[in-house]
Amino acid sequence: MNAVFLYALVGIGLFTLGLYALIVYRHLLRKILAINVMGSGVFMVLVALAARTQGATPDPVPHAMVLTGIVIAVSATALALALMLRLRAETGRTEFPEERLE
Amino acid sequence: METITVLQWAFDALLGAALLGLAWWLLDSAELFRAIVLFIAFGLLMALAWVRLDAPDVALAEAAIGAGLTGALLLAALARLESKNQTKTNHKDHRGTEVHDGQR
Amino acid sequence: MTDNGKQQMPFRLLLAVLLSTLAAGLGYAVLSLPSLAPGLSEQVAGKLETSGVSNPVTAVLLNFRAYDTLLELGVLLLALLGVWSLRGLPERRESSPGPVLDTLSRLLVPLLILVAGYLLWVGAYAPGGAFQAGSVLGAAGVLLLLAGWRPGARFAGLRLRIALVAGLGVFMGVGIMLILVGGHFLEYPPPFAAALILLIEAAATLSIGLTLAALFLGDRPETGARR
Repeated sequence: MNAVFLYALVGIGLFTLGLYALIVYRHLLRKILAINVMGSGVFMVLVALAARTQGATPDPVPHAMVLTGIVIAVSATALALALMLRLRAETGRTEFPEERLE
Repeated sequence: METITVLQWAFDALLGAALLGLAWWLLDSAELFRAIVLFIAFGLLMALAWVRLDAPDVALAEAAIGAGLTGALLLAALARLESKNQTKTNHKDHRGTEVHDGQR
Repeated sequence: MTDNGKQQMPFRLLLAVLLSTLAAGLGYAVLSLPSLAPGLSEQVAGKLETSGVSNPVTAVLLNFRAYDTLLELGVLLLALLGVWSLRGLPERRESSPGPVLDTLSRLLVPLLILVAGYLLWVGAYAPGGAFQAGSVLGAAGVLLLLAGWRPGARFAGLRLRIALVAGLGVFMGVGIMLILVGGHFLEYPPPFAAALILLIEAAATLSIGLTLAALFLGDRPETGARR
């Protein structure tokens, strides 16, 4: 049963990796990939914590929430990709402009 | 009985390590095409993890939507990105350089 | 200058340290949760017989938290509206499909439609349901689109839009009808719950499949004289 916490920690790791990549990389497609990885991390934490029940069947409410989340993630990804392509068509760039850090 | 538990633990640990390693590899890879293909593999491994966590409904949806449809969407977007870029830069080290074509 | 399209090195180091702290805090918070927590599974199991299905996830999605699923269908439609209103996407080179793709799509698409129908039906008592079936249908649509098929002009206009809205429309219609009959919004009477859930799921499967395939296509299919 403690494998549940292993998966929860993996989910936190995925979220953190995705967040790092979201901030650090400038290409928009990489940012979209990073957001998807972050979403997968959150789903993993939810489903892992739902498996903490006594018997064989886990808690079905987080499963339903993650199902909803997967479908919404793909819709958001499709819209984000369309926005990126339109941005490219308008400005010719696929990156955010380089920011000064001082 | 004891070996089954040890094997299950080993499988879970390997799957978790593979997920984290694959996530880092796909986020850090040089070519976008490789990153998207790794993302599809990542989605399939996530489906395995859902099965390990007693969530078969979520596994079905993740395999179809997360791995299949998101991968197809990303590849289609990448094809549209690079079809405009084909005359200018070299494909190999495509790390987000600014595109200089003044057409369109 | 920055290298490889990333930010500068000291910034990345600071960010890595901060995010490691965040991950450690989250890990501590998760590990301090109780290792045995039934959540809502007992309440769901107690009411499962009156919900109309015997798969607890389907019962939660389509009965106990049906309002969330209704709003999710709305979000799908909204994303499609957003993609369709962003006209002027760059054109994709259309190459004719090779023999492998041609044959495979002819073999796989009927099979995928059959699998989608099965998943829709079996979702009442085994893993499956509207979203799984709809996503398999969407995959069949993507395969067709990759093989070069486009909806004919007769189907691409009003009929397509009606089919896209059917999932959300049937859901709302059932909910409002239940208000008129005397209950609350989306409160299924137990004798009819199974049939109502199947009706809503069938319409939702069609809508989800079409919406996902349309999101992949990107451009709005032409209804005029052009194709």
